[in-house]
Amino acid sequence: MNIHEYQARQLLGQYGVAMPRWEVCDTPEAAKRIAAQLLAEGADLIAVKSQIHAGGRGKGTFKSGFQGGVKLCQTAEDVGEKAKAMLGNMLVTKQTGPEGRLVRKLIIAAAPEIKKEFYLAVLLDRSSSRPVIMASIEGGMDIEEVAARTPEKIIKESIDPAVGMMPYQARKVASALGLKDDLIGPAAKLLLGVYKTWWECDASLVEINPLCLVRTRAGKETLLAVDAKLSLDDNALYRHPNLQAMRDLAEEAPLEIEAGKFNLNYIKLDGNIACLVNGAGLAMATMDIIQHFGGRPANFLDVGGGASHEQVAAAFKIILQDPNVKGILVNIFGGIMDCNVIATGIVAAVKETGLQLPLVVRLEGNNVEAGKKTLAESGLTIIRGGSMADAAQKVVKAVSTS
Amino acid sequence: MSILVTPQTRVLVQGITGSFGARHTQLSLAYGTQIVAGVTPGKGGQLFENRVPIFDTVAEAIKQTGATASAIFVPPAFAADAILEGVDAGLDLVVCITEGIPVNDMVKVKRAMEGKQTRLIGPNCPGIVTPGAGTDSQGGCRIGIAPGYIHQQGHVGVVSRSGTLTYEAVWQLTCRGVGQSTCVGIGGDPVNGTSHLDVIKLFQADPDTHGIIMIGEIGGSAEEEAAAWIRSNCRKPVAGFIAGATAPPGRRMGHAGAIVSGGKGTAAAKIAAFKDAGIRVAPTPSEMAETLLKMMPR
Repeated sequence: MNIHEYQARQLLGQYGVAMPRWEVCDTPEAAKRIAAQLLAEGADLIAVKSQIHAGGRGKGTFKSGFQGGVKLCQTAEDVGEKAKAMLGNMLVTKQTGPEGRLVRKLIIAAAPEIKKEFYLAVLLDRSSSRPVIMASIEGGMDIEEVAARTPEKIIKESIDPAVGMMPYQARKVASALGLKDDLIGPAAKLLLGVYKTWWECDASLVEINPLCLVRTRAGKETLLAVDAKLSLDDNALYRHPNLQAMRDLAEEAPLEIEAGKFNLNYIKLDGNIACLVNGAGLAMATMDIIQHFGGRPANFLDVGGGASHEQVAAAFKIILQDPNVKGILVNIFGGIMDCNVIATGIVAAVKETGLQLPLVVRLEGNNVEAGKKTLAESGLTIIRGGSMADAAQKVVKAVSTS
Repeated sequence: MSILVTPQTRVLVQGITGSFGARHTQLSLAYGTQIVAGVTPGKGGQLFENRVPIFDTVAEAIKQTGATASAIFVPPAFAADAILEGVDAGLDLVVCITEGIPVNDMVKVKRAMEGKQTRLIGPNCPGIVTPGAGTDSQGGCRIGIAPGYIHQQGHVGVVSRSGTLTYEAVWQLTCRGVGQSTCVGIGGDPVNGTSHLDVIKLFQADPDTHGIIMIGEIGGSAEEEAAAWIRSNCRKPVAGFIAGATAPPGRRMGHAGAIVSGGKGTAAAKIAAFKDAGIRVAPTPSEMAETLLKMMPR
């Protein structure tokens, strides 16, 4: 589960991670008031940041034509105007797709004078099964690009989960970032706080990009988290009611939310051949084989190992809500589940939805003969697929000729 | 022969009285697997299906029945505890079927298992089958949730992260009259007990395994690590398939571990690693068995 930047900041703040003064708001008036307050406290510049679950906000464009989902302002009046241009409008970035996302909240933050930008993240290192701290002196940049171009610039520190991150490890990373003297202490405190946030919230990723060395008005240098991204492990949400409450359904695709209610795993793609499959691996492989034979999958849909009649019916309804869908491929390997139960579910769903699109069904496994008989005797136009390859070719052909 | 388990392996089931655990224990018993004990805290002294004794602890179950392997069907919140109970009791093999365990629980489990003799398979996996010699491969060892009847005793080893895709490969083999030595589902989570590579090494060392099908999917780099080892160490024919070539980056495709993140773990990179190691890659999931059989003397 992803959360907003302002929610990530709230969590990091609870673990003592230092950041510039900030507040969240949802009206231009509040934005202006917060800005005035921050300016009175001595800020020279104010950042106005759109809150959506997508990257590339700064370079995004609003559907109104207004450029930039992140703006720097010098006056409270300017903050108010920018807030007005952002709130209630759709922001399109490279990650949102052309429809964009509605901006309903803004972060208003003091924007200090930045001397240096770093990258910092905590994530799971899958090959060692341990948490790893990743840091780089190339802050503010796309870390994937840094990793590809100059891997030597990435600092990695593996954490032993039995003891957690030790202070010496934080000092080691700080030192590797070139921090010295009285910056080592605060840097270590910040790093330990970021790690603790990751571990205690059961996060899958915490990313601070950029982490900034800034100059305060008093002329002192200090280290602050200027941006924050946090994703959570869905499997662990059951033990974090406070984090569950941070879920923002408006940021999720409506069909995916609907599918979740029936314990279906659905992800919408941009093709026109819908698929309904049992098992995640087989569902991915079904998408792949559709593409292999020249078609384009409209979705990933895993009905799970023990799909019921109701789940099959719900799956058909969800698939059919995607207007791009021109044909459906059902691919079931019923190991333990009864193929006839699935077949009965398909027949009922087709009748109930009045399906007009070409439907190819490939059934294999337990009680498959009874299942095939049920489909054949239903009186419905269902194209039978033999192997996966046969079924995929048939659905691609049916869609291209319909 | 086979790897990890034989038809003689004595198996206990942790979570035998839950509906999921009970159903699959019945199926394993019908398959002919030596299910010798169940463990459900608080139900010690009872019998499952009037034949399998239930114990309160794994240690007691081992002491009374000589079980050496376990299947775990407990809910996700209790799975880490169940795994470590099996490890502490000294089991050779723990197979965790449970899906949805918090990643950090598994990070702790892996750390706690360092230096221990127990091998963990899974979690979030279909388990292991070593087919038997009977009709529909009965008399074999089935730990987990795979359908027993699709198997046939023979000499091909199958390893995969995905359940249904494993069944697909196994069924393709059986339909062509080709049997399997052992089929291992290692699970779809980002942190698991046994990797593709671990299983490949066991297959390489098993004289009864003559060819291998390795099925991978997007996410992580376990397939690449296995391929690198195969390139210089494996003398048996290996065919492979990677699922998820069409998956959009940054999305989890059903399995918690099936995600392309930061440009890493793509199907293209894994397929390239396979080819580089001499692993023949099936062009479609329909041709997994066929691809291997073309490499094997008949």
